[in-house]
Amino acid sequence: MGWIGDTADSIKSIQIRQLLTQGVSLGMIVTSALIIWKALMCITGSESPVVVVLSGSMEPGFKRGDILFLHMSKDPIRAGEIVVFNVDGREIPIVHRVIKVHERQDTGEVDVLTKGDNNYGDDRLLYAQGQLWLQRHHIMGRAVGFLPYVGWVTIIMTEKPIIKYILIGALGLLVITSKD
Amino acid sequence: MHSFGYRANALLTFALTILALMCALASFSDNFNFPSPSAEIQIVKFNWFQKQPHGNDEVSLTLNITADLQSLFTWNTKQIFIFVAAEYETPQNSLNQVSLWDAIIPEKEHAKLWIQTANKYRFVDQGSNLRGKEFNLTLHWHVMPKTGKMFADKLVMSGFRLPEEHR
Repeated sequence: MGWIGDTADSIKSIQIRQLLTQGVSLGMIVTSALIIWKALMCITGSESPVVVVLSGSMEPGFKRGDILFLHMSKDPIRAGEIVVFNVDGREIPIVHRVIKVHERQDTGEVDVLTKGDNNYGDDRLLYAQGQLWLQRHHIMGRAVGFLPYVGWVTIIMTEKPIIKYILIGALGLLVITSKD
Repeated sequence: MHSFGYRANALLTFALTILALMCALASFSDNFNFPSPSAEIQIVKFNWFQKQPHGNDEVSLTLNITADLQSLFTWNTKQIFIFVAAEYETPQNSLNQVSLWDAIIPEKEHAKLWIQTANKYRFVDQGSNLRGKEFNLTLHWHVMPKTGKMFADKLVMSGFRLPEEHR
């Protein structure tokens, strides 16, 4: 009896210790990802420093699944820049190019019109009803860098959640079973 | 320790690191290209010039665009987006930029241009300030890379003037 009890105890103690280590290392992975994201937010000044291109409206420059790095500086917005903007009443931000800029003399406010490189007409049809121009507060950032294909990971994961769960499960299993 | 999962993980991490490094290097190599693009824009004619019903001036014009942008291309260049914008100042606005025409150049072989075209986008002012207005025509280019940092620059051509009267 004593022998069995001893073994059970040792197994139990090992498991608790191991479980704690694994919990901590899992926590480290999650928090370091969060730290990197928040640090990028601080450096770029944009609330979402990286965006995934979802539509083909900027083809052939940006295709679906490419990712863009954003930067939001105090610099005024000028024609030709590729900006990411939110339209009132729309959830998903849009990545398009600025084609017209009117900057007010007294207040410095800007009126901006955008267009997708691959679209036939400008974006007035996408804006809220009756809206002719974008203002500064609609704009979340301007694209400064580009990386192809990487965004497919997130597109696949949002469209096929089952893959996300399989991936998270596999990673979790890997963390739990690894002993080093 | 040397399980299948462990090895697969190490291989994947190594491959991704090398790929990221190569992307960074490709983007960095763009800094060693010192381009010398040239361009000239002429206004062939003003097609019409009028005041819209709600009061904004609108003009239609025909442009003659000559440019040699071949030196902008590097091995990391996917395409170059170019556009011509009219830029001017009005009493209300310290800057007005109105894109008139644009194009995508996919290859170096097509980077020598000679184009005569009417404005593709409407040249509309915010208000009625265009009569006799002096303005610049600026050729902007936006170099879109295969990977990494995007570059943009421009050539300003000044001294254009709109007609004194609507017609």
